[in-house]
Formats: sequence, structure tokens, C-alpha cells
Amino acid sequence: MSALHKLPGILLLIVCVSAVETHAQVTFERILNSAKEPQNWLTYSGDYTGHRFSTLDQVNTTNTHSLVAKWVYQTAATGKFETTPLVADGILYATGQDDRAFALDARTGRPLWLYQHPLPPDIRPCCGRVNRGLAILGDKVFLGTLDAHVIALDAKTGNVIWDVAAVDYKQGYSFTLAPLAVKKLVILGVSGGEYGIRGFIDAYDADTGQRKWRFYTVPGPGEPGHETWEGDSWKIGGAPAWTTGVYDPGTNQLFWPTGNPSPSNRGEGRAGDNLYSNSLLALDADTGRLNWHFQFTKHDEHDWDATQVPIMIESGNKHLIAQANRNGFFYVLDRSTGKLLSTNAYARTTWTDTKDAEGRPVPNKQSSPTPEGRTVCPGALGATNWMSPSFNSRTGLFYVTAREQCDIFSTAPQPYEVGHAYYGSAYFPSDKAEPYWGALRAIDPASGQVKWEFRHLSPTWSGLLSTAGGLLFTGDAEGNFIALEATSGKPLWHFQMGGAVYASPIAFAVDGKQYVAIAAGSSLYAFGLP
Amino acid sequence: MIDAIPASILAMLALIALLACSTLGEEVRNPLSGDPKAAKAGEFEFRINCAFCHGLGARGGGRGPDLTRAHKRHGDTDGDLFQNISQGIPGTAMPANGTNGQGVGMTDDEVWQIIAYLRSVQVQAPAKPVGNSVHGKELFYGDANCSSCHMVEGKGGRLGPDLTSVGTARTVESLVESVRNPSQRLAWGLTESTKEFAQEYETVTVVTADGQQIKGVTLNEDQFSLQIMDTTERIHLFEKDKLRSIQKSRKSLMPPYDSTILSDRDLDDVIAYLLSVSAK
Repeated sequence: MSALHKLPGILLLIVCVSAVETHAQVTFERILNSAKEPQNWLTYSGDYTGHRFSTLDQVNTTNTHSLVAKWVYQTAATGKFETTPLVADGILYATGQDDRAFALDARTGRPLWLYQHPLPPDIRPCCGRVNRGLAILGDKVFLGTLDAHVIALDAKTGNVIWDVAAVDYKQGYSFTLAPLAVKKLVILGVSGGEYGIRGFIDAYDADTGQRKWRFYTVPGPGEPGHETWEGDSWKIGGAPAWTTGVYDPGTNQLFWPTGNPSPSNRGEGRAGDNLYSNSLLALDADTGRLNWHFQFTKHDEHDWDATQVPIMIESGNKHLIAQANRNGFFYVLDRSTGKLLSTNAYARTTWTDTKDAEGRPVPNKQSSPTPEGRTVCPGALGATNWMSPSFNSRTGLFYVTAREQCDIFSTAPQPYEVGHAYYGSAYFPSDKAEPYWGALRAIDPASGQVKWEFRHLSPTWSGLLSTAGGLLFTGDAEGNFIALEATSGKPLWHFQMGGAVYASPIAFAVDGKQYVAIAAGSSLYAFGLP
Repeated sequence: MIDAIPASILAMLALIALLACSTLGEEVRNPLSGDPKAAKAGEFEFRINCAFCHGLGARGGGRGPDLTRAHKRHGDTDGDLFQNISQGIPGTAMPANGTNGQGVGMTDDEVWQIIAYLRSVQVQAPAKPVGNSVHGKELFYGDANCSSCHMVEGKGGRLGPDLTSVGTARTVESLVESVRNPSQRLAWGLTESTKEFAQEYETVTVVTADGQQIKGVTLNEDQFSLQIMDTTERIHLFEKDKLRSIQKSRKSLMPPYDSTILSDRDLDDVIAYLLSVSAK
């Protein structure tokens, strides 16, 4: 990259550093215009588009080799550490295992405060006592908890400003995602697809904690879509919404993805498409009213939640939204209408041979789980999962963490019991299968084709970050943090962090110095130039 | 006298502690014992939380032991099972309840349901091993040459897996398969959540920058480095980009023992030996 190319970024940094003193409040306008302050990371995906792209370019392809660890913060907790930190004006805010939240001096990693939510002993989280991050708005940060509370903390002290119980956690509901702050609202979707919940997306007044709207992702009697559920199955239909959505200010719409119908591995008893499971929902941000929906996997029997961060892409005068789905296909939709424009496989898939009239891949008969079990690709963890993808408008590439693993899916009748796991049996690895592996893949959204891949030794749960420095960052299951050339996937630098990565990286700057941060093991690492 | 009082209190405390321990280990009974409904519910829980490693039906998978056997290496009582499911088993791949990242966390009741299920599928009187364990030991350390690569109770080679506890960790069928056709299924790596030690005994051949060829098994590996043990048990630590080539193979370094090398009867004896060691 030429020196001239770097100049605007540096100028921007200087402007923004002087702005540190003046901003006390993180307003909606600041998040909306987050591109103007690339030293901060103000929302889960970096901005509302979902790109997870940083315009910082101080760290770039010419100097990545000299990156060093600048500080490490340890949560002293066990379990998967899935946080995406936020950074505002020199302070880093993040969450840890067991619903910890903390604020650090972003330059040194020294803690300013620590909040630990008192969790009841009988919480029912699927898949670990995890949390993926906070939202920030005004002088508060917002946390969704494993006992289904929504909590506003004072950003300066960690004191609780308000705390509301969204729903009864004993029925299997929890929050694990980072909320999304839009206008004066804090928006978040519920987890619990393993417990036969009825999924929803909620919006709370950021000042008071009062709930402003709730959208049930399983329609009730009389609502459109209700007919896609057999009998009373809608009451326990699942369709959680456990990944942070994106926001389009142009149309004031949220685009929010949803998860599997319950029970996940048994379609019997819930005949129909099971709306709005495994869908992308276009919701009015002020009211939660549904404008359109697109269902990726109808009547899912493989736990293929569509809970992957969707990415808004502008292509000429077309307003697109793209998702690399857990079912192994890359979808591009017109986000004005929800119309499907293209689908292409980006990982090995054996569950479909044909497409419907809209172009949506439809399951073949051989993919439906049986009591003895059937091998299907991708496996239950999907061709990708919740780890964030990244889009770099300069390379024009959509980057996704992919997993190549097939599983045996079995099914068995299972009675529903409130608050008990409700899968309809389980998946397990095939003894005959090859060892599974992973890859970082670069997809050209225009053609849907994979342009290149960087192969991982084993599948990773790391999300991705791309930067204006021509870089792409990822972590791996063996504990490496890796910088690659964004155009080619060539690895340029790595650091062994000593713990597997279950998180997505971010970039920020303090005092004009760029950092890249990621969680690994039980530690949060920040890297920078010497 | 003042000294004597604390001593007697200590003795009493020790006794109480001893009783408490024995209560935990032996006296704790499954409150759902013998309840067929609880066993059925436990089967669902088992499929979701345990079958990934222990197989459908609890008969053991590539990763976890056969749990239908009455004797379990880490304890057979209800209390032992409850403890092992709830807290995991240190030093093994068995995670604590709710921490493996695969299934969901279980309530105490659900753990008891699983134990009720395991009791319902337990083979009450396992068939006595047909082989002669004394002769099996002789073969292991002698003519069959197993000990040149495998260790049992601290004696033997290092190139292959330590087989001290393999008798409880694997089914007899999988032991037979591993001897007759070692490449059929190499040891499984651990699941990702415990991936820090992922030895699969893959065969690896590297050529160093100066042209030296080294063959061995992979101890560990990541994107950028490789740790191997060669056939003389020397450990080599490599940076991958400094090697001329790396060739990995799923063909085991262990030669297949067909019935001309090791008769069915001798194989039974070796397995009887391994079962007798692991039953200790």
C-alpha cells in the first residue's frame, strides 16, 4: 500500500484523537456515523452494516510482521470467552464468562470496574455460560444475561442503572448476544432453541428499561405464518434470535436472523415450514413490525440456525444483504424486498439437490434424520456458526469462517417438559468420517464463488476482521491469532495465545496508535506495533 | 489437658470427615433408582449430552468408554457416577456437566435420570474374558512385541498410546480392531473444547532443510509448528516453514497383527491382560 493511500487514515486518526476529550456520551448519531471515528468500536459489528471492517490502516501489510502483544487482560473464569469488546474514547468495555462485564483502560488493559451479575444456580444455558458482548448508548452499557435479564450499567462505574427480567429463565430462555442500540432503544433476541421456547426479539427504552416492543418469531393464532405449524407445536417452536442483527438507517429497518425450530432434530409433530425459524426478518426499528421475511431452511431438522450476522452491501443502485448460512449456502437478497437473488454453496453440502422456484435449495429425502442416524453434511455445528464474517468493500470480498464436518443425525420421539432440553435426539460424529477441518474462505458476492481459502488444521470458532490496512485477522482452535493478506489469504503474521479462540476480533486506536484485540482462552489480548 | 481437647476434637472431625467421604462415595443412592420413567428420560439426556463420545446406547464410541459395563474405572457407585458427570474427571476428556460446549447443562435431577438409564442398560454379569491374562502379559512384553511401543503401568515404549486403562476405556471389539487393523481408526483427537491436547497418533514424515528424513508420530501440531516423536522416541520440535516437506498419513506406524502373527487365542490372552490391568 502506498504512503499516499495511508495518509487519509492517519489524518483521520489525528482529528479523532483530539475528539477524545469532547465526547462524553455515545449518541445514536455517533454510532450511525462510526466511520468518522475509526479509533472507536461502538457496536458489535463495528458499525450498523455488519461489515466488521476497520478503516484504520496504521497496521498494514508492510508492517504486520512487527505486531506485538501490548497487553493481556485475564477474566480468571473458565469456559468459552466469546466477547466482542466495544471501545469508546479510550475505554474498552467487554463481557466475560458467567455474565461478567468490565471496563478497561484500552491503552494498558488495566481495569476500571468489574460487574458480575448474580446468576441463580438453576440457569439453563445451552452451549456454555457465554456472552458475546455489550451495547453502548449515552452513558450506559447494556448486558443481556443467562437468566434472561436485560441490564443497564453505568459506563463509568459499572453500577446497575436498571435491571429487568425479560422472561422466565426457568423455561429455558437466556440471553447470550450483544444487544444492538438503535435510536433510544436497546434491541436483543433470545436464546433457548434447545428448550422448546417461543422465540422473540425485544426492544427496551435505554433510559428506563421499559419494553417498547416484542416481536414473537413464532406467530400466534390469527397471525400470518401461524399456519406453518402443526397443532400446538408453535407454543414450543423455538426460533430463537441469539445473534446481533444489523440496522439500515435509510429505511429504519432491522435485519435480524433467527434460529432453529424446536425440537431441532425432529420434524415430526411440527409439520409445515415453521415460520419464522431459520429466517432473516426485516423489522421496523421503532415498532418491531415485520416488513418482510426470508426463510433459509424450511422445516429444519439439522439445527441449522440462520443466526449468522447478515451483511449489508451496496452494489450500484442495489441495496443487498448477504449471509453465509449455517446450511452451507451463501445467500444474496435484495434488502428492499427480501427477494432472493442468488445462492451458492461455499462448503460441502449433501442435503440438497434441487432449488425451488425462488432459487432456494430444498432438502432431499436422504437428509432427514432417522432413529439409527444418517450422515449429512454440513454437520450439526454447520458450515459456519455465530462467529462473525467480514466484508471489505475495497477487496469486494465477503470473508467467512467455514467448517468441513459431516455428522450422523439421529431422531427419537421426545416429550416436551418445561425447561428441559428438547432436541428430539442428537447428532454424533461418524466413525468413518475424515477428520474434520476448517477454512477461512473469501467469497465474491457478485458471483457467489469462493475466490480463495486459507485452510485451518481444525475448525475454528473465530470470527473475522478486515481492515483498510489490507489485512484480515482470524484466530484458530490451536490458539493462534493470525493476520493475512486480504486480497490473497497469505498469512503474514501470527502469535500463539495459549488458548482456543471463540470470539471475533476488533480494531481500535488510542493516542493515535492502532490496536487489534481478540479473546482467547480466558484472556483478552491487544496487539499493536512496537 | 488443653492440648488433649483439640486433639480429640481433631480426631472426631477426622472421623466425621471420613464418614462424610464414605457417604459421598458409597452411601449416596440415586433417588430415581429403578424408576423406568426416569431411565427413559435419562436416555434422552444421554443422547443429547453423552452419546457424542459414549455412543448411542452407551456402548462406547471412538472417544469414550463403554458405560454398559458394571465396572467403571472412575467409580461404580451412584455417588461416583453423579460426581463424575457433574464435575468431570480430571486428567481425562470427560468434562464437567454443562462445560463441554456441545450439549446443555443438566439439573441434578437430570443427572440422576442418566444414572438410572445407565443402570438400566448395564450388563449385570459381564462375560468373563476368555483369554489367559498371565500368558497375555508374557506376550505383551515378549513375543508379540507390544511393549516396544506401548506402556502399561509405567513399563514399555512411548511411541504408541499408554494402554494401562484402555481395557475400561474401549470396547473389546474396538481393541480387537485396533490390533488386527490399526489404521482402520486412529485414536480420535479430543473434541474442540478440550483440544489443547489433540494427539491422534498420525504418522508423519518430514524432510528438514538439510535433507534429513525423520519419521514418527505427531505429538501436537498447529498451523505453524509441529512436535513429533520419531521411531527411536526422540522428540523433534519444528517450525513448519523451515521444513522442506511434511507428509502426514492416516496409516498407523503400528503393523497390522493378522492371525498368522498373533493367533486369535493369543489375541484373547493379550486382551485379557489389558482388561485385568484396567480392572485394578
